[in-house]
Amino acid sequence: MLGKALTALVTVLIGIGGALAVYYLLNKIAELMPERWEARIKPYLYILPAFLAITLYLIYPAVLTVINSFKDRFSREWVGTENYTELLSSPAFRDTLFNTLLWILIVPAVTVVLGLVVATLADRLQPTGEKLAKTIIFLPMAISMVGAATIWRFVYYAAPAGQEQIGLQNALLGVFGKDPVAWLQQSQFHLNSLLLMVVLLWSQIGFSMVLLSAAVKGVPVDTLEAARIDGASERQIFFRVVVPQIKGTIITVFITVTIGVMKIFDIVYVMTNGNFNTNVLGNEFFNQFATNFNSGAAAAIVVMLMVAVVPIMWYQVRHFKAEEANA
Amino acid sequence: MTTTATTAAAATPTAAERKKAAGHGEGNPGKAGWATKLVLVILCLLWIVPIFGTFVTSFRPLDDANSTGWWQVFTKPSMLGNLTLDNYSNAIDGSNMGNALINSLAIALPATFIPILVAAFAAYAFTFMEFWGRDFLFLTIVSLLVVPNYVAFVPLLKVYRDLNLNGTFAAVWLAHIGFGMSLAIYILRNYMATLPKTVIESAKIDGASHYQTFFKLILPMSVPALASFAIFQFLWVWNDLLVALLFIGPGENEPVTIGLTHLKQQLGQGWELTTAGAFITMLVPVAVFLALQRFFIRGLTAGAVKG
Repeated sequence: MLGKALTALVTVLIGIGGALAVYYLLNKIAELMPERWEARIKPYLYILPAFLAITLYLIYPAVLTVINSFKDRFSREWVGTENYTELLSSPAFRDTLFNTLLWILIVPAVTVVLGLVVATLADRLQPTGEKLAKTIIFLPMAISMVGAATIWRFVYYAAPAGQEQIGLQNALLGVFGKDPVAWLQQSQFHLNSLLLMVVLLWSQIGFSMVLLSAAVKGVPVDTLEAARIDGASERQIFFRVVVPQIKGTIITVFITVTIGVMKIFDIVYVMTNGNFNTNVLGNEFFNQFATNFNSGAAAAIVVMLMVAVVPIMWYQVRHFKAEEANA
Repeated sequence: MTTTATTAAAATPTAAERKKAAGHGEGNPGKAGWATKLVLVILCLLWIVPIFGTFVTSFRPLDDANSTGWWQVFTKPSMLGNLTLDNYSNAIDGSNMGNALINSLAIALPATFIPILVAAFAAYAFTFMEFWGRDFLFLTIVSLLVVPNYVAFVPLLKVYRDLNLNGTFAAVWLAHIGFGMSLAIYILRNYMATLPKTVIESAKIDGASHYQTFFKLILPMSVPALASFAIFQFLWVWNDLLVALLFIGPGENEPVTIGLTHLKQQLGQGWELTTAGAFITMLVPVAVFLALQRFFIRGLTAGAVKG
């Protein structure tokens, strides 16, 4: 293990040293040029590595993925829209799409609302209490989804009826004399998908709470007092004074969580691997690509994700331009 | 949007931060009634109990963990005596988690440091240098913020196969550099835009080159933003499963997330090792997170209230 650690350390140092050397060299190249050119070229040399990374890892593969989505499973022959029609005509894939849509509809909204509730409530505690409560709610953000899946297994686990239950939910049912339920296999009303969403909510609400809490604290006190003097109730103040002023943050959180949810993979992969009608696009991509070795179908799934992201992209750019114009 | 305004108007970001805290931060502390406190206590319990149960289980022998709930440790004193550290030693020595821990560090440290350096240079150029196409190029970055990294997987695996990169640390470093780049540039550029321009101008008058200004002035002044992105990226890379599965896969170089997935898939006898394994994987990110929480939160709010 020591040898392994040493090799790893050397690799790390080479990687980091290499990155520093690249900039040193780029700067030297710029300085070798005549002064007028140096000033002109330098900005481009400074952004060059960043754009190389982005081009190589996002733009170029995105183009290739669109092309591959119209080719066969080995990306050799053109097959037209076959990958899309085959996917969309399969009932299993339509279920997958529907499940993904459920995640998108439920998770971001609940994350924002609960995050705002916790932020507003915690804001009323004494500073020590507030800090403790926030740390606890925020903590799962540091835990990987694989770790979270391990943790939640002790909540959902079902032993056969008659045996002692080691999962919390079934143990609770047992207290009331009910039979155990195999929670993650209950697909009526998408109960199992909802239970998987709970795991994601558990890990994401802290993020939403932190951002919204900062925004709530940033609302100028005089606007609240003015409303109070005018006789507004606390509820009215919250919905008509506070919420409009933190709208920007609410939208940011909503968008961030939405994008995360579209790509959701780990939770489903580790907890059910998409069985019992819990499949989502991210997991289906992995199945098609790494299990079925069907690059065409995998690429088609990614293209669908890209199309879904376009409206958000458009919004981001427009929003950014408006912000810059105000600055 | 108030936060943005305060930050932009203030002389230095740290001063702005302080001003913000003093200005409206103490709106209504101590106003919580019993209902508020009750709701929060219940929520906190809901959040912490699953973690706590797993933590307790990680010290229980297999038979105990398989046959009784973890809470019985507290009701049956005999079980308390059974608690052991065996799961941890078995997970580390017997199932490769120790090795995976080193791999995770070897993956996450450069995958955090390199993109920060690259993004900081680009953000510097975008903030303090004039060049043709600047606005267009930055808008490209903004629009790429939301592109899912899935677009890269299929084509990249082929490129990596041709270059024989699959399974190496460099394969994941490069991927994480690419995937984290647009967010890093965005956050750092937004932060640098709040730095006082006068400092840079006086440095220029004193004859400092851009390279010197960057390393001696801007980088030290941007530490809060650098730190917050660093924590973000470190947690993201450390906890990542998908990129690791695709580009490294199981084996010699696997990180802890893959190692833990294996433990989980050994059905029947996995339990006691997965719980210990889960805590081994959590140790580093939770420590980083708790130690640097303040930086992390500050960065999140600075970057996000804007976008």
